[in-house]
Amino acid sequence: MPEDTLGNSSAPETAAAQAADAKSSVGSQGEPPVQPAKPTGEEAPKPLAAPAAATAAAPGTGAPAPPAAVPSKTPAAPAKPAGPVPEPWNEPLPNDLMSRFGSAVREASTYLGQAYLVIDCAEAPEVLRVLRDECQFDYCVDLTAVHYPKREATQFDVVWILYSFTRNQRVRVKTQIKDGDTVPSVVGLWPTANWLERECYDMFGIQFAGHPDLRRILLPDGWKGFPLRKDYPITQQDTEWVRENLHIESGQ
Amino acid sequence: MTTSHREERTFLDSQELILNMGPQHPSTHGVLRVILKLDGEKVIGTECVIGYLHRGVEKIAENRTYAMFNPYVDRMDYVAAVSNGLGYCLAVEKLINVEVPARAQFLRVIMTELNRLASHQVWLGTHALDIGAMTPLFYTFRDREEILKIFEKYCGARLTTHAFRIGGCQYEAYDGMEQEVLTFCDFLLPKIDEYEQLLTTNRIWVERTKGVGVISGADAIAMGLTGPPLRASGVKWDLRKAQPYSAYDQFDFEIPIGYNGDTYDRYLVRIAEMRQSVRIIRQAVERLPQGPIMAKVSKMLKPPVGEVYVSIEAPKGELGYYIVSDGSLQPYRVRVRPPSFVNLQALDQMVKGQLVADVVAVIGTLDIVLGEVDR
Repeated sequence: MPEDTLGNSSAPETAAAQAADAKSSVGSQGEPPVQPAKPTGEEAPKPLAAPAAATAAAPGTGAPAPPAAVPSKTPAAPAKPAGPVPEPWNEPLPNDLMSRFGSAVREASTYLGQAYLVIDCAEAPEVLRVLRDECQFDYCVDLTAVHYPKREATQFDVVWILYSFTRNQRVRVKTQIKDGDTVPSVVGLWPTANWLERECYDMFGIQFAGHPDLRRILLPDGWKGFPLRKDYPITQQDTEWVRENLHIESGQ
Repeated sequence: MTTSHREERTFLDSQELILNMGPQHPSTHGVLRVILKLDGEKVIGTECVIGYLHRGVEKIAENRTYAMFNPYVDRMDYVAAVSNGLGYCLAVEKLINVEVPARAQFLRVIMTELNRLASHQVWLGTHALDIGAMTPLFYTFRDREEILKIFEKYCGARLTTHAFRIGGCQYEAYDGMEQEVLTFCDFLLPKIDEYEQLLTTNRIWVERTKGVGVISGADAIAMGLTGPPLRASGVKWDLRKAQPYSAYDQFDFEIPIGYNGDTYDRYLVRIAEMRQSVRIIRQAVERLPQGPIMAKVSKMLKPPVGEVYVSIEAPKGELGYYIVSDGSLQPYRVRVRPPSFVNLQALDQMVKGQLVADVVAVIGTLDIVLGEVDR
């Protein structure tokens, strides 16, 4: 198992490290030099592994970056107002679903004009089936997950992005699950979910119950670890697998 | 799968054979390995082994700032790098709620449609080569060179262009670009006729593609096919029309569709699409507005907490970006919805019951790029 880097840095350090690191890298990219505010710490630009730990640590609890870390002299940087907020999605479709499934549909909102639903995992197959059969969402655009290690109860968001040709409408359906929970497979509803669920398993280790052939797809079969989890550092490799199968030291 | 098949076997039948095609095979367009289960020449099952080009693009994104990740997306579908960049820029612009100036939108359309032409030319050349026609490859690559020259003049790169920035375009059109693009349009249309002369009524081409890899419209939707493979099955759906982005609603163009959902129709659809692209480019150049090419965007992008999914009609199909922001400098999660990956999944269904030689044709007609399949 990858070692847990999450608890190692407190939020303020993290933000400073991110800011310092980002500045140095943006500058070296050849863009007009940013007039940096004095680096908030004595943080020198770090090797690649550092931001990995930093990003992993920042979100999750929703700990806001302290304002001190925001580069105050950056040109053309407007003071960030409170961004757009999700608005209730008031249309027959979500209202219908909510009255039908009650509290299993926890939220129906739009963010920047994009509609999404948050549902209970247990009701997911039924809600998705209704969306497909009765609401004409016949095209499963994408299926993916997001890892929030800092969230106590539910570590993963599983996201289905659906599209309806007749409505010309897209909707994201999200559910939150614990690490180790299984998610019902939707291969029976949309055959296209087959590879998408395999990739999701490959990258996050999320089990899909009822999937016909759930195994790794992009990584080799014997690989250890799930790379898109936040506690998997960017430079990490399964050195053992590399040694055994490629007969080289991976150089890590 | 094989049991029912075995029952109807007679003594004349050959034994089931497992044939390994790829990963190093000229007609798999990169490093794709297909394990074919054959009964004589007939395919009774396939399994794709992918991931040879996996570079962890989505993981890289989480460790870069928004602007720094921009050039990486060029490396996914490397024959349509401009489209990848457009999709990514649009997604981030949506996240930070920025409107791109009209001139930049038009420049983007010109570049993206030129790239669609280049991508379709690569597809046509290699697809025809796979089936046994060598000439189209030379024709298409000869003409694609003109597009790459325009790219090179515009942004200094020919393939991985990084043509756009978040908020607009980095580069203004170079001196004489409009004229050069129009001249290219005039140059290309007769060349497309030339490709058609070589293939459309060519007996061998027709025999090798008609009725090969058929997929119905309903199946295509169920399998998540997008782009030309979907349209060739009779579904008239193109994101440029359905949910217009980057000023596409201001241009006049058609969505070509096919009816039979076979390899031949996909060929016709792409050829027709090339003509439509030329049409769009002409309009964009002729009506190219004056004005700024960059919106006001902070150098240190910190999108507010939230998430968006934005997709575009890439040459291969729907290319989507699902970006989650946690309010920091780096995206919390970037998910790429790759058209090639999803389209490749339909291979099994499309070649079952066909001949080995048709597998090559179907891989070609799906127009996959392994850099995008594996990311």
